[in-house]
Amino acid sequence: MLNRQGRPTQAASSVDHGRETFTGNRALQQIEPLIFEIGHHETTGVDIAKPAPFKNRLGTHARKDGIGLPGLSEPETMRHYVRLSQKNYGIDTGLFPLGSCTMKHNARLNEKMARLPGFSDVHPLQPVSTVPGALELMLELARYLMTLTGMPAVALSPKAGAHGEACGMMAIKAAIAAKGEGETRKVVLVPESAHGTNPATAALIGFEVRSVPARPDGTVAVEDVKALLGPDIAAIMLTNPNTCGIFEPQIVEIAAALHAAGAYFYCDGANFNAIVGKAKPGDLGVDAMHINLHKTFSTPHGGGGPGAGPVVLSSRLAPYAPVPFIHVEGGAARLVEHASDAPAGNDPFGRMTAFHGQMGMYVRALAYMLSHGADGMKQASEDAVLSANYIRAGLSDLMSLPFPDHPSMHEALFDDEWLKGTGVTTLDFAKAMIDEGYHPMTVYFPLVVHGAMLIEPTESESKASLDLFIATLRDLAMAAKGNDKARFTAAPHHAPIRRLDETRAARQPILKWVKPEPIAAAAE
Amino acid sequence: MRYLPLTDTDREDMLARIGVPDIDALFSDVPVGKLLKAPLDLPRAKGELEVERIMGRMAARNVAASAAPFFVGAGAYKHHVPATVDHLIQRSEFLTSYTPYQPEIAQGTLQYLFEFQTQIAALTGMEVANASMYDGSTATGEAVLMAHRVTRRRKAVLSGGLHPHYTDVVKTLSGMASDEVVALAPDVAANEDILAQIDDQTSCVVVQSPDVFGNLRDLKPIADKAHAHGALLIAVFTEVVSLGAVTSPGAMDADIVVGEGQSIGNALNFGGPYVGLFAAKSKYLRQMPGRLCGETVDADGHRGFVLTLSTREQHIRRDKATSNICTNSGLCVLAFTIHMTLLGEAGLSRLAELNHANAVKLADMLAGVKGVKLLNDSFFNEFTLKLSKPAAEVVEALAEKGVLGGVPVSRLLPGAGLDDLLIVANTEINTDEDRAAFVAALAEVL
Repeated sequence: MLNRQGRPTQAASSVDHGRETFTGNRALQQIEPLIFEIGHHETTGVDIAKPAPFKNRLGTHARKDGIGLPGLSEPETMRHYVRLSQKNYGIDTGLFPLGSCTMKHNARLNEKMARLPGFSDVHPLQPVSTVPGALELMLELARYLMTLTGMPAVALSPKAGAHGEACGMMAIKAAIAAKGEGETRKVVLVPESAHGTNPATAALIGFEVRSVPARPDGTVAVEDVKALLGPDIAAIMLTNPNTCGIFEPQIVEIAAALHAAGAYFYCDGANFNAIVGKAKPGDLGVDAMHINLHKTFSTPHGGGGPGAGPVVLSSRLAPYAPVPFIHVEGGAARLVEHASDAPAGNDPFGRMTAFHGQMGMYVRALAYMLSHGADGMKQASEDAVLSANYIRAGLSDLMSLPFPDHPSMHEALFDDEWLKGTGVTTLDFAKAMIDEGYHPMTVYFPLVVHGAMLIEPTESESKASLDLFIATLRDLAMAAKGNDKARFTAAPHHAPIRRLDETRAARQPILKWVKPEPIAAAAE
Repeated sequence: MRYLPLTDTDREDMLARIGVPDIDALFSDVPVGKLLKAPLDLPRAKGELEVERIMGRMAARNVAASAAPFFVGAGAYKHHVPATVDHLIQRSEFLTSYTPYQPEIAQGTLQYLFEFQTQIAALTGMEVANASMYDGSTATGEAVLMAHRVTRRRKAVLSGGLHPHYTDVVKTLSGMASDEVVALAPDVAANEDILAQIDDQTSCVVVQSPDVFGNLRDLKPIADKAHAHGALLIAVFTEVVSLGAVTSPGAMDADIVVGEGQSIGNALNFGGPYVGLFAAKSKYLRQMPGRLCGETVDADGHRGFVLTLSTREQHIRRDKATSNICTNSGLCVLAFTIHMTLLGEAGLSRLAELNHANAVKLADMLAGVKGVKLLNDSFFNEFTLKLSKPAAEVVEALAEKGVLGGVPVSRLLPGAGLDDLLIVANTEINTDEDRAAFVAALAEVL
């Protein structure tokens, strides 16, 4: 059953947590106003030459009103954003076990490579003859992605995972239309455990969504899929390893059943980090799978983007890949930017984005791949899986596992059964982890589990780091069971800010700064 | 391998603690025969120095914008980005954080998103802006879908001045949902009769200004006609710096404003990552796609920020969501907002003035070359030339002379009979020497 109880969104009552200061600052934690409260519209931190007088060609379109933007000088700008950064938790701060997000180490070599002028300072529309190195890099990335997945084609241009999902589903829709089945195959199967992007994507592309139940062991059964198959089914969108952290044991049978019924298999590749070098989606019957370069290949998450979501495609879908793409013939690479220019046998379904996709992310991902090599990428997957299972083994006597019958892949899923009667919720437990210096795990996802806690340590943690994390969670778990409720329900106590009132934010949305009204009567 | 902290001894200890004989025992759910035994056919791990050599060699094969007189635009623009911007966005706490799901330890990200939303609302003259989209083209596609939700109609009318790649993105997305798109013919002279296309079935009219050919357009009459028929005006821009000099779309009564924000804070990057800007009238707030950051208070009554109105989003609403978008362009947003904070209104106005002054200077110089005709009555920092030879050939010949001289319209619109048109951009980076080199080279080529 889907668990719809959601997480608490209102703040708990306050407790005293230390002496107030005059400034409100707490040593390194500085109160920092908004730029609109400290900047001035005549201040600027950029010196720009004043042009010689000239006659403008703006016609009647010259701006007549002010904009209302404050500026800060360079030192003020630097301090403002450094102070903001100090209110953030990143991978470089500590263990960031956010399940399904793969928060692994972000090597600075990758940043350095992405900033080489030959990559960062080239325009998407400058003459193709001036960018052979860009095409070479994209082809090399494509070769790596195709080899790792065992798939014959890849569409590089999608800008993020969800955009890649859209691309893959569009290719499926185009293939179905080409077979003359566009009017009949309109339903996409999505398991209850799926990421929310899957049903949202299917609906966006004009498909109807039908749910596939999850079995009690957290997997999808081929019989359940078969029971839903028919001439109206276009595809399934299945995550593998799935969102419960389990490799779908019947994935090959599911793919075969879909193909026998004339449907396609879209695999959500968000969890590809568990199986790089261990299993190839192409061997499992996958027709399309996006790869989150920002997860598996460590292009940084950057506070929520930019991502990159290339989609590998089976030979059945490859002809429908969107423009632009690079076509290699007789050893020569040619950039195909329009359907009219596509080689014979190709029928691109359209265009996903204005230009060639996330080049800056391609560079970082390829730097990751070259650094790791085939051996390092396989080892990384094994270490990620090993670390998740090690955490699971260290906690399973105290915390409840909803699916104990399967080994975990790169993330371990717990539920809140073990918290019953303690008065502590999953959210409280997560907030108490903040006080201990950790970023919480993913909570309340997947929805098929009550009070889910999804822990993904990645391969980037040392054994000492994992041991301390396990010891900390054990201490917290025992405190929760030992009636030390205050440690949880009012947490976090030590973060830059205390628990926030999300209900208020949604009820009375304040989405931008508005200049306060002057208090006219105050002087009287 | 330098990125992997576990030692072989650690691995053995951990396997023992888990109680399995070897690592493959943890992969027991992988179907028989599908677990890879042989190593993949790819090279082995490399040291940092080796990777730098390989990638440095690839990068060196490209001509960087800063290495040549550079006049290429048409949707992406070379601007100077202050050193402060790239330093700050590489702060670990920004670079290696994620979507602020735990607001107590993500106030840095949330506060800059709130500042960004306020900046975008001010720049566009709109009431509300979101925390960004992937880029200008995908933002335009999403704006059309949003207009369909608002109006409960399914026909979009696209101006012939819209960037052709944006048109293609809208057509692709709308085509999949079986929505109707009326895309007008390429409109080089900005004199199309778009008003005649608006009827009671029209959901939205999509108009770009400055348009892809560089023309500035008056959106007010289009907004008025659209509103009279219950349709929305979606205003698009690809050069956000223009908003420092020209009337904002909000002042012309646009309902949704989308654009590309790359020009501020972000490098060319061969097309991405960029930052899509998205703003609207607040009455349409609940139909907006993408992340929104809102102000609230914590348990002690202190101001703080959270992601809000997430009941629009895919992780709550699943197939009923306003969009499937999950990430935004976080770090590109940060680069934008830092650069815009450095500029402020005074700096942005000055930057826009300098861009326009340079473009006017170049336009006048080029118009004096034999075989060149300037087609624009009005423009900001980009304009279109009619040449006496096919523009694609001219651009290649210019590149051989070391000048990157613009975008042939035929690159964007092959087969449209516009092969003699060249789109030329000129920003603050171009010097008098650059312009002289361009003019001299063009005179030789034509």
